Amino acid sequence: MTDQALKQTPLNATHRELGAKMVDFGGWDMPVNYGSQIEEHHTVRAGCGLFDVSHMLPLDIRGANVRAFLRRLMANNVDKLQVSGKALYSCMLNEAGGVIDDLIIYFMDESWFRLVVNAGTAEKDLAWMEKMNAEWDMGLTLTPRRDLAMIAIQGPNAAQALNEALPGVDSIAANLKPFNAAAMGEMFIARTGYTGEDGFEVMVLAKSAPFFWKALMEAGGKPIGLGARDTLRLEAGMNLYGQDMDETTSPLESGLAWTVDMKAERDFVGRKALESSEITQQLAGLVLLDKGVLRSHQKVITKHGEGEITSGTFSPTLQQSIALARIPLGIAPGEIVEVEIRDKKLKAKVVKYPFVRNGKVLIA
Amino acid sequence: MNIPADLKYTPSHEWVRVEADGTLTVGITHHAQDLLGDMVFIETPATGRTLAKGEECAVVESVKAASDVYAPVAGEVIAANAEVEASPESVNKDAYSAWMFKLKPANAADVAGLLDATAYQKLVESEAH
Repeated sequence: MTDQALKQTPLNATHRELGAKMVDFGGWDMPVNYGSQIEEHHTVRAGCGLFDVSHMLPLDIRGANVRAFLRRLMANNVDKLQVSGKALYSCMLNEAGGVIDDLIIYFMDESWFRLVVNAGTAEKDLAWMEKMNAEWDMGLTLTPRRDLAMIAIQGPNAAQALNEALPGVDSIAANLKPFNAAAMGEMFIARTGYTGEDGFEVMVLAKSAPFFWKALMEAGGKPIGLGARDTLRLEAGMNLYGQDMDETTSPLESGLAWTVDMKAERDFVGRKALESSEITQQLAGLVLLDKGVLRSHQKVITKHGEGEITSGTFSPTLQQSIALARIPLGIAPGEIVEVEIRDKKLKAKVVKYPFVRNGKVLIA
Repeated sequence: MNIPADLKYTPSHEWVRVEADGTLTVGITHHAQDLLGDMVFIETPATGRTLAKGEECAVVESVKAASDVYAPVAGEVIAANAEVEASPESVNKDAYSAWMFKLKPANAADVAGLLDATAYQKLVESEAH
């Protein structure tokens, strides 16, 4: 693929001015780092980092039946959303119980919900939702918001930087509880993120994004590439679509059972398949005890059979390699397993994740 | 671009210094470490191991990815750098002092087949487009 064919966010020129190393990230020309990925990682744990996440797609769903639609479409129950601005993390499943995507749903009012979906799945998601909209005769309007840019401001100093960049915004942002959002005209501020730190994800009109980014940098925010975004989310124990789960895997075998709401008698897509499925695997955390680096697709050998690493990296906070792995049920935290790395079998300890939250190491 | 004129290079981004005694010191280039990013793990070959030209003999891993290091010519490993294994980040700091291993070439004439700095620079530029 040539550079011309890559999609660009409204901040593309800004990244280039900052000397970012740009890579083809699923068809998007995105910054992987602006120098040292490890330094960027530590900046988010200790200060304030800025991420361009405009490749992800905000999607507005409007109409009288929007709650009923999402109640049936999503594995998590949107009836948990009763206060305007409240957010919910959910998987969207296919009939076989596989994960089409994981996403965030914001409830704004009874005729407007906003979703934020992954970049690589956006078109597929939209097609699926339009199909269900028609099939269930919901009469909803689905509007992809490519006119918006999204900047994540993450780290213990995120609130301070956001307020400095947008004086007066603290009257809204300071009162936002985690997993809540507020809209001010076309600006949308959510206290959410993908790092395990306090922070915000702010949507602004695309044309305002470079100015807003520069103001955030003047307020002490440092640009962070997608490289550190991956090590941060993995330390925080957050799944990555396409690696830790996809259409062929069950959320119940992907560490996402907590997001599948079977309590209410609610008919949602994939429920029947999940109820009749046999669960034999779990997603577990691994910490490598020997020297090396855990990577996705490496084989894990346990006393109950084989498993596979779904995401692995070197953890800058722990200074050792960590991973999420799909392994047989019955392997408990504290147990030692083996991982095949090239021609060696290295020892790793099974741990309960997240590994790191709010700057603190959580594993023993 | 940091490509010292007194070194030889391979298309797989190793640098090679031909020592006075005819042995070769091998590392990865500045360009290679730049592509890989922050180094976090390095494994060097065992001393005494005999390598064929192009054989995988060391591993460098950054946060981002693992990459193999290949033997620039056939030969025997006569030394490996334990310091670079202990401090992988030294490759990011100065790729040309952070050597990986030393090789006694099986055939001294093979060295003539390596790239000089100009040829390597052209290769890097061509890969960038």
